[in-house]
Amino acid sequence: MQIPFTVAPRPDTGVNNAKIGVWLFLASEVMLFGGLFSAYIFLRIGAPEWPGEIGGHMYERASDILNVPLATLNTLILIGSSVTMVMSWASLAMKRFDRYRLYMGATIALGFAFLIVKAFEYGEKFSHGYLPAENNFLAIYFVLTGLHGLHVIGGIIVNMYFMWPGARMWKTDPKRFTNRIEIAGLYWHFVDLVWIFLFPTIYLL
Amino acid sequence: MSLKAFHIVFIVASALLCLGFGVWALTGDGALSVAAAAVSFLVGAVLVVYGARFLKKVARTGYIAGGKL
Repeated sequence: MQIPFTVAPRPDTGVNNAKIGVWLFLASEVMLFGGLFSAYIFLRIGAPEWPGEIGGHMYERASDILNVPLATLNTLILIGSSVTMVMSWASLAMKRFDRYRLYMGATIALGFAFLIVKAFEYGEKFSHGYLPAENNFLAIYFVLTGLHGLHVIGGIIVNMYFMWPGARMWKTDPKRFTNRIEIAGLYWHFVDLVWIFLFPTIYLL
Repeated sequence: MSLKAFHIVFIVASALLCLGFGVWALTGDGALSVAAAAVSFLVGAVLVVYGARFLKKVARTGYIAGGKL
């Protein structure tokens, strides 16, 4: 049985079902991260000092305790991964499967690079005994960046599926496969966009 | 919204972040802060040029979804 409107747009919505589905999912993600950003704002408004006392030291700026250079590197990595992601999709649209593999491989590698840098950053905090229970700043920092990291892991798993086992669809139904990569690309861009908001909010302001 | 439209939104947001980061870096002291600001403004400019070229290309070639955003 053929599932309808997986590639062709539905007459009533104007887009295919996969795109509607992923945008509904992303809308729920906006609410999830929006709620946590709201929690950050209220915690910060209610705090007499921010980040406040951590490990017996009083910090006046988040950049005094967080590693801004590493976070900046991670920002550049994610911007680069968005470019390679859109190029992988464009390669399929131009029927260049070899280039798709190259760009998708680069996207996956950049995703792993982000996680490795993040692991270094977390390791630095843990080695100083800076844990989520230490104070509200560290709690919201670990929750927001940790949840974002889980989303990156989810995106890598999806991209790896489309890089290897899922890529078989290119031979049987190339239009649908191209559509799937666009959907995966929308998710990946959303995760990257969350970081674009998260980085200045947590690290700089 | 298609991936190419979302990509343009993302590039605009990234360029704005570079601008904001550059301004933030200038509030610091020392040559390192000035260098960080300069690199940030440069990356922002590169993103603006890339975004403009990307927009022009998808509008001109129309190789994806008939060229519509």
